[in-house]
Amino acid sequence: MSIEKTEVWITGIGLVSSLGEGPDAHWAQLKSGKVPVPSVDSESQAPYPVHPIVDISIDSQIPKRSDQRQMGPWQHLGTYAAGLALDDAGIAHNPELLAATNMIVAAGGGERDLDVDRVIMEKISGVENPGPVLNNLLNSELRPTLFLAQLSNLMAGNISIVHHVTDSSRTFMGEESAGVSAIETAVAQIQHGQGEIFLVGGAYIAERADMCMLMEFGHTLWQGEHNSVWSRKDGTGGMIMGSAGAFLILESRQHAEARGAKPYAKINTVVADRSNRQAGAARQVADGLFKQVSGQIPKGPLPVLSGCCGVQPQLKEEHDFLNSLSEFGIEPAIRGVTTMFGNTLETQLPLGVILASLAISRGEFFDPFDTTGIEKEFSGQPERVLISTWGHWRGESLALVEKPGVPLRGGN
Amino acid sequence: MAHSLKDHRGRPVVVVTGIGIVTSVGEGKEDNWRNLTAGVSGVSKISRFPTEGLRTQIAGTIDWQGKDQYCAPVHSIGLAKKSAAEAIAQSGIGSKKSFPGPLFVANSPAETNWDQRMIVYNGKAGADSTGYERLLKNVRAGDFSRYFSLFQFISIAEHLADEFGTRGQPISLTTACASGATSVQLGVEAIRRGDTDAALCIGTDGGICEEMVVRFNLLSALSTQNDDPQGASKPFSKNRDGFVMAEGSATLVLESYESAKARGAKILGVVRGAGERADTFHRTRSTPDGSAIIDTITRSMADAGMAPAEIDCINAHGTSTPENDKMEYLSLSAALGSELDNTPISSNKSMIGHTLSAAGTIEAAISLLTIQNGVIPPTINCNEQDPNILMDVVPNEKRIQSVNSVMSNSFGFGGQNVCLIFSAEPA
Repeated sequence: MSIEKTEVWITGIGLVSSLGEGPDAHWAQLKSGKVPVPSVDSESQAPYPVHPIVDISIDSQIPKRSDQRQMGPWQHLGTYAAGLALDDAGIAHNPELLAATNMIVAAGGGERDLDVDRVIMEKISGVENPGPVLNNLLNSELRPTLFLAQLSNLMAGNISIVHHVTDSSRTFMGEESAGVSAIETAVAQIQHGQGEIFLVGGAYIAERADMCMLMEFGHTLWQGEHNSVWSRKDGTGGMIMGSAGAFLILESRQHAEARGAKPYAKINTVVADRSNRQAGAARQVADGLFKQVSGQIPKGPLPVLSGCCGVQPQLKEEHDFLNSLSEFGIEPAIRGVTTMFGNTLETQLPLGVILASLAISRGEFFDPFDTTGIEKEFSGQPERVLISTWGHWRGESLALVEKPGVPLRGGN
Repeated sequence: MAHSLKDHRGRPVVVVTGIGIVTSVGEGKEDNWRNLTAGVSGVSKISRFPTEGLRTQIAGTIDWQGKDQYCAPVHSIGLAKKSAAEAIAQSGIGSKKSFPGPLFVANSPAETNWDQRMIVYNGKAGADSTGYERLLKNVRAGDFSRYFSLFQFISIAEHLADEFGTRGQPISLTTACASGATSVQLGVEAIRRGDTDAALCIGTDGGICEEMVVRFNLLSALSTQNDDPQGASKPFSKNRDGFVMAEGSATLVLESYESAKARGAKILGVVRGAGERADTFHRTRSTPDGSAIIDTITRSMADAGMAPAEIDCINAHGTSTPENDKMEYLSLSAALGSELDNTPISSNKSMIGHTLSAAGTIEAAISLLTIQNGVIPPTINCNEQDPNILMDVVPNEKRIQSVNSVMSNSFGFGGQNVCLIFSAEPA
């Protein structure tokens, strides 16, 4: 295209995770001058450790009880985090702006009722002709609200109902890739004038046995003590899942300036591809993706947020890939986001973009998240942060969050 | 502006060069078109699983893939492969396993169903425990790598990307019953941005199982007219009592007009515009004044640069629920005004049933066939039209009529509404 691409600003952040709620709480934990301590629940999903979500005051973002009752914890968390982002960007309760706000939600599915499932399994196990028994149990045990709470697109639906975001509404499904595609699509739409302002993000609740089962079908979960993701690098690997809700307001520079909104950072580059995950395939894709962004990255120290989930052989391949940036004269200062947050699945890239935005707007990068020595110090003000997000099963991506040449939120 | 490669807003014109369809009424375009114009219903009594005790026992299932080892994502992938292979073959684009553009798949979430859950449950390792503890013990002790690759939420799209060799990371999307239309919208937007010359847009839904039937019954959304399956889906009729679930898939190959012409492809139609507006009213109902749907329709015409008089016919969402059909009429009459009197509106769901995530793509495909053939398929089972729905619903018999442009409506639970407009290639 001959047209100059519009700058895409990050003008709102909504973040809740195992570490807390909001930018300040996260900054305090991750930039305390000491190696940060993750929040881990080793009991509820044993033998799998998970990063549990902190308590949220649902009433503050979802005031109506009638709305609260129609959702489960997953939709509560997403609707809540979306509300935080809208508040933060100064567009909440502004009917005109909300009606022009587009939405892309990266979603998995809602919660099943595990007790209902247990009752049904117990009653139909060993029954010769289980069909009619199953039908009767489903009729008596399921509830309408349970179905609505399970529908993937109803996180977006609830955000429209509760917060009145009503321009386009799309829900992308598909683990880490869904979060990547959501941000990639929103950025592309803004750059080409297909929308001025977007609410983009997702949520994931890790304390769910049904999701543990889905992940463990591939024997991908880490069992036992929580540790740094890099300390799993030379073994069989494994994922520790984490809860988080992360939403961003992405906005064209012109639109933001016209309403007097300042950015945390800008995001104009998201590239993604896929491989069949044969040995070395993901690395090859990542090498190709890096060629697309390398022109925007000068030599020298580079802050890198890796969403590395811990599954082998991708764990080792992604680590090797990031180290290989030194061949371009880049000195990556890697932070393993999953060490602190776990794999937050659909939320992984939105979370990464938020952390990068905080680092840029506050003018400092995070200290190493562990003591393995893999994560190098970074001093100075980050001009750009590279975010690497590989799916636990499919999908590789890179995103670049940069410092725009204007005064930022956070005072820098 | 004839032959212009850019539209009224200076964007690349997007055309359709390949269509594929699989529904309960037929496999492939020819089969479907013959049956749809003859008013044939694909709805039948469910035989995939026992229906004893279920309020609804009918559906438009597709069972030629075998029903003994039914697995929702496998079925959805199989249906999608059929329709996509047909569409790609017709367009003649790319080469085997190498489609030169991105993939947008509308599908229902891939869920572990009861058959699979019980296979896991009945493993030996967890026999001393119950519930998910038992499931997880068995999973840890066994090899469930196939389930792993089928039940990820990106699974259907990834398997299809492998099959057709599409470019980049595929997108799997849901906007409930508007999903299929959203997949077309995403393809149109990508081509208009100049990101790609072609896009593969697939809607697929093979998700009929006990739990899905019960879930929709809990919302009182389904017809319970079990004694007359083929008469149960009766959009716009006075005695309509809900929709009939169905399965199917359709695929559109979208291309920029410029690249389609350059390679000499046959143009099957133009995607003139798309409109969208999310509702804030309720999880399963539209705003009573219809404002969100009205906006969706109006925005699609603005995007297409068309006036109501230029819409020759409408492919209705027409689910056969009391709520939808009433709201669709109300909204159309507000958006099109008196032009609605001259605009036939037909619901394919009267024959196919409601294919949920695939419906928008299937109806887009049928809209294009309507333009190509100059025949509007009927709304069957219209024996007594709702006296409050004053539209020409093309009752019971097909209409032979030259059609240059069709509007296709899709309204989803969760308040996600999409409207697409197709027209013939500019003469």
